[in-house]
Amino acid sequence: MSIIVFTENRGGKLKKSSFEAISYAMNIAENTSKPVVAVSVGELGDDELSALAKYGAAKIVSVNDPAWKSNDSQAYTKLMAEIAEKENADTFIFSHSNEGKAIAPRLAVKLKAGLITNITGVPANFSPLTIKRKTYNGSAFQLMKIKADKAVLTINPNSCDVVEKPVDVNIEKFSPSVAGDGATKVENVDVVTGKILLTEAPIVVSGGRGLKSGDNWGMIEQLGEVLGAGLACSRPVSDEGWRSHEEHVGQTGKIIAPDLYIAVGISGAIQHIGGVSGAKVLVAIDKDKEAPIFKYADYGIIGDAFEVVPRLIESLQKFKA
Amino acid sequence: MKILVCLGNVPDTTTKIRFDGEMKNLATEGVQWVINPWDELALTRALEIKEGSGGKIEKVSVVNVGKADAEPTIRKALAIGADDAYRIDADPSDAYFIAAQIAEVVKNNNFEIIFAGKESSDFNGSAVGSMLAEFLDIPSVSAVSAFDFPDGKVVLKRDIDGGKETIGIDTPFVTIVQKGISINPRIPAMRGIMMARTKPINVSQPVAVDTLVEYETFELPEAKAECKMVDPENTDALVDLLHNEAKVI
Repeated sequence: MSIIVFTENRGGKLKKSSFEAISYAMNIAENTSKPVVAVSVGELGDDELSALAKYGAAKIVSVNDPAWKSNDSQAYTKLMAEIAEKENADTFIFSHSNEGKAIAPRLAVKLKAGLITNITGVPANFSPLTIKRKTYNGSAFQLMKIKADKAVLTINPNSCDVVEKPVDVNIEKFSPSVAGDGATKVENVDVVTGKILLTEAPIVVSGGRGLKSGDNWGMIEQLGEVLGAGLACSRPVSDEGWRSHEEHVGQTGKIIAPDLYIAVGISGAIQHIGGVSGAKVLVAIDKDKEAPIFKYADYGIIGDAFEVVPRLIESLQKFKA
Repeated sequence: MKILVCLGNVPDTTTKIRFDGEMKNLATEGVQWVINPWDELALTRALEIKEGSGGKIEKVSVVNVGKADAEPTIRKALAIGADDAYRIDADPSDAYFIAAQIAEVVKNNNFEIIFAGKESSDFNGSAVGSMLAEFLDIPSVSAVSAFDFPDGKVVLKRDIDGGKETIGIDTPFVTIVQKGISINPRIPAMRGIMMARTKPINVSQPVAVDTLVEYETFELPEAKAECKMVDPENTDALVDLLHNEAKVI
């Protein structure tokens, strides 16, 4: 039996979450003596694919065919089932991303596998596979056990360590018998490339209503730039149209788990905390000392953001120099 | 054409999360139960589409897997404007089980467009909609933030890394929706509440399904250490803490 990892790419590059998924698979592999096979769908060169071997994937099954561009979850499920049979796999690892969430539950039904989603840590037990997942928007965790012969898992980005375990790699070009162009007809793509993905960013700087207007975002952008951070905002900010909905983090927006989250002028409503409770370190800057955000923060500054942020940028520039 | 909207009955999102006895069950005393927020937005959009379809969409139904105590939530959906409801009389503990039950309702009633929210706001599983589509062997489109129905043709917008895709799709299919699908959920009006009393809730018994996962216990996150306050005049100190203590920069 083997472990299959579904990797994701963007702009010709593997996503960081794919390396996390490989490391997650390696942890199971070392405890169950199963080999790890990575699956890649997309136009990636061998050099890029080989990066997966740095983390332990000794075999890569690559589907490099424009017919698979439409990202049809029904077709991808059939593809994964075909590869599963070929590789004699019983464990499947996805990222808990838009793409992973679209395919993993379908695959679980198709293979009659147990599904555990929203995973935040390595397995507590390998036989039967027992894993902790996040629930109630980060207000609790839950231990779940696989009862079926097969398991499908989705791992939260930025939640599990990436560990280097270099191996020699064998890249197999695979032409599936199932068709890639399913019912989903992509008519138009409107995408910004090059910008750091919020869900993958190790550092995120976020602004809230306390900043009073979208015109005041210059210092947030500058703070983000000096830290190499992704930019985010609270719900009222995107609802007001000060910033794009793409940046909204919170229960109804994006759920993120960066190493460092800096909240500026965000009071910390429970719905906002639900989106950032996975952050390893939370810094809050707000002028209201009673703001709930300070209950969740590791470090806090009570003060006027318009004075504190420029000063913090100066301190960081000094530190970086 | 008929639309089905999947409905979760969940604790209000501001509920303080606690567990009973052996950390096995949510402590439900005093909990307010509501329509899962994404399902409420989905229902709102489904009704708007029906109203603008010039009769092409004849009906919007809702379905819930739950015991009788979920009926106030189902009635609310009827008061908002759903035409009728299906309830499968079972404990909604497992996504695989729930999806299998809803699949029966779809098959027996020929729904062509099925809406599911991106996740339930309690369990955060993100599984039912996609599982349902696989049970039915029909396409599913996830991360949908816009649904338009010009001239009886479905046009969706799907969120992808760093942007959006516009997608055309033929029925039947499952659409798994998220933020943006509609802006504010529709609020029931008095007339709707009165009408909801007489709208049918079709109750049926569950079909047997294998158990593929088992729930052990819940855990609460470790209590957070007190927030360390830094003097607003001394941002150098914060940088020093982030570098030397937290080691994140």
